[in-house]
Amino acid sequence: MRLVMVGNPNVGKSALFNRLTGAHVIVSNYPGTTVEVTRGTIHTATQHIEVVDFPGIYSLKPTCKAEEVAATELGKLMPDDVILNVVDSTNLERNLGLTLQLIKLRKPMLVALNFWDEAEHTGVKIDAPALEGILGIPCLPVVGTTGEGTKTLADRIHQATISAYDFDDLRKWDEIGEILGMVQRLSHRHHTLGERLGDASLKPFSGAVIAILVLGLSFGAIRWIGEGLIDTIFEPFFNKIWSPLMLELSAFLGGGGWLQHLLIGTITDGRIDYGESFGLLTTGLFVPFAAVLPYIFAFYLVLSILEDSGYLPRLAVLADRLMHKVGLHGMGVVPMLLGLGCNVPAALSSRIMETNRERFICITLTTIAVPCMAQIAMIIGLAGRHGTLALAIIFATLFVVWFVIGVILNRFLKGDSPEILMDVPPYRIPHFKSLAKKVWMRLVWFLREAVPFVLGGVLLANLLYSIGVIDFIGRVAAPVVTGIMGLPKESVGGLLIGFLRKDVAVGMLAPLDLSFRQTIVACVVLAVYFPCVATFTTILREMGIVRLLMITAIMVATALVVGGMLNLALWAIFG
Amino acid sequence: MAKHTDLVNLGTGKKAVVTSIHGGIGVTGRLDSMGIRPGILLEKISGQPFRGPVVVQVGNNRIALGFGMACKVQVKTDHGEDTI
Repeated sequence: MRLVMVGNPNVGKSALFNRLTGAHVIVSNYPGTTVEVTRGTIHTATQHIEVVDFPGIYSLKPTCKAEEVAATELGKLMPDDVILNVVDSTNLERNLGLTLQLIKLRKPMLVALNFWDEAEHTGVKIDAPALEGILGIPCLPVVGTTGEGTKTLADRIHQATISAYDFDDLRKWDEIGEILGMVQRLSHRHHTLGERLGDASLKPFSGAVIAILVLGLSFGAIRWIGEGLIDTIFEPFFNKIWSPLMLELSAFLGGGGWLQHLLIGTITDGRIDYGESFGLLTTGLFVPFAAVLPYIFAFYLVLSILEDSGYLPRLAVLADRLMHKVGLHGMGVVPMLLGLGCNVPAALSSRIMETNRERFICITLTTIAVPCMAQIAMIIGLAGRHGTLALAIIFATLFVVWFVIGVILNRFLKGDSPEILMDVPPYRIPHFKSLAKKVWMRLVWFLREAVPFVLGGVLLANLLYSIGVIDFIGRVAAPVVTGIMGLPKESVGGLLIGFLRKDVAVGMLAPLDLSFRQTIVACVVLAVYFPCVATFTTILREMGIVRLLMITAIMVATALVVGGMLNLALWAIFG
Repeated sequence: MAKHTDLVNLGTGKKAVVTSIHGGIGVTGRLDSMGIRPGILLEKISGQPFRGPVVVQVGNNRIALGFGMACKVQVKTDHGEDTI
């Protein structure tokens, strides 16, 4: 037997799933957070029950890839599976629409009335036992975020039964109206002050002002927290504590030889320069832990607050027209923002878009022009030396590339983009524990995914240099790399390693002493030219080999064109 | 007097009852499953300029619909009652 969780989007299925199973699934306050099937186990006193969490659905007819995933899974139900229908108590009417459809599947079922606390606060009173009486299946109040009621829910799973409730499909909403008349009492209420203020973020003028403020503050906070952590904790640690250890290790290894070279790398004037030494224990650890991790933490902290507060759907409404220009609708901002963290979850989250055309555009745009936070952190480190102007040119160029490629794809791909149709959930104050857990999960995920690849990248870079491969390719590629883009031929090393990890690739540019112009061109080209291996495999899984090759071809072509043009333009302007 | 219009032309902050949806089964079905169907009372929260999306309140839900979809939702004001 399995317990299968089904419900409308954004009714708190994932939060409840985490509570029931002790699992760790990302929970946010916007419809479409969950795009995959997740499995876990409930351990009750008597048995272990497998629990399956799905993307949310509005009806049994799927309208996007995420809903398709759920519909397919529902089609595969076994006779002894139990449906746990999660409903949002504050929106009982609409949620019952799906409940009645599910009842017609004639499976053992029970209903979790989630957001019970919020319903009480907003003046919605539901008589759960009466609803239970009418539908003939257990209906239990729960609060997924705090865990209230989940114990009772787990205890009553075995009481799930097949509902005998019958109705005429055409009279579904009348039927629901009658049920509501019997089980729900609404206290008359006007919009609260909070709601009125919240609506300002949806109105044309005030909404734009708020969006600029929120995004400006977010990026400011990310930079401030990231840089602050690096300056006060990570760099001092590496310089004062780690360096002496490494110097001792180097002396122990005899101050030279291949092992010393591999582990510690180059030592300049008796000091370790973590940007240039390129040993496994020096640059290999410094890049993920001291240069990137602080920014990853800062980014996910800010993103998680935006996600849990419920601001993202509002941003989606405001950005809808801009996103239509690139062939997406407003919800496309979600994969774009996730892509600033890492392109892998961004590619997965493209499943919230309705058509394959949109998913292709969405994935192409994120991989091509949305650098991940690991890469951004390294770019800030490298190009920041040339001043804020260099950084501004890099990110402005990437935005222009994003827009132009989007407009071109929108113009030439067959079909058109569907329109936005989305719930705008209420603002909620982020629940501190869930927020901390989410940031923690994402940090662990980053470290697990990134550290092996960074170390592998540093190792490979050393290997390729020492056997002369980079020098060889550099000479072969010189007409393009040096001739068109104006970069030294050694930068080919970065382009090669960029397939493994783009942060290491940017790091490999540090010892080359690039000029203002070269730094800008190199950073932009590294962002655009090719997806990293993790993104590459995700796109392969999501889109298939043909589209993966198309996206890659677009990237390589864009890198050549943009690299060349940028080189010329910068030369013309700055000399 | 009841005024017949669509969601795009309904004034922000105004309440109205949905009279019909001028769309195929796909659009009608999706709107229906999100709670927008004939007979439903709603309030327009905002409308973005230049053919941008419209946000309405239906029951306790806020729903954003694209411009084209909002054009298809026909409504009439003067619904006799004033609560949602």
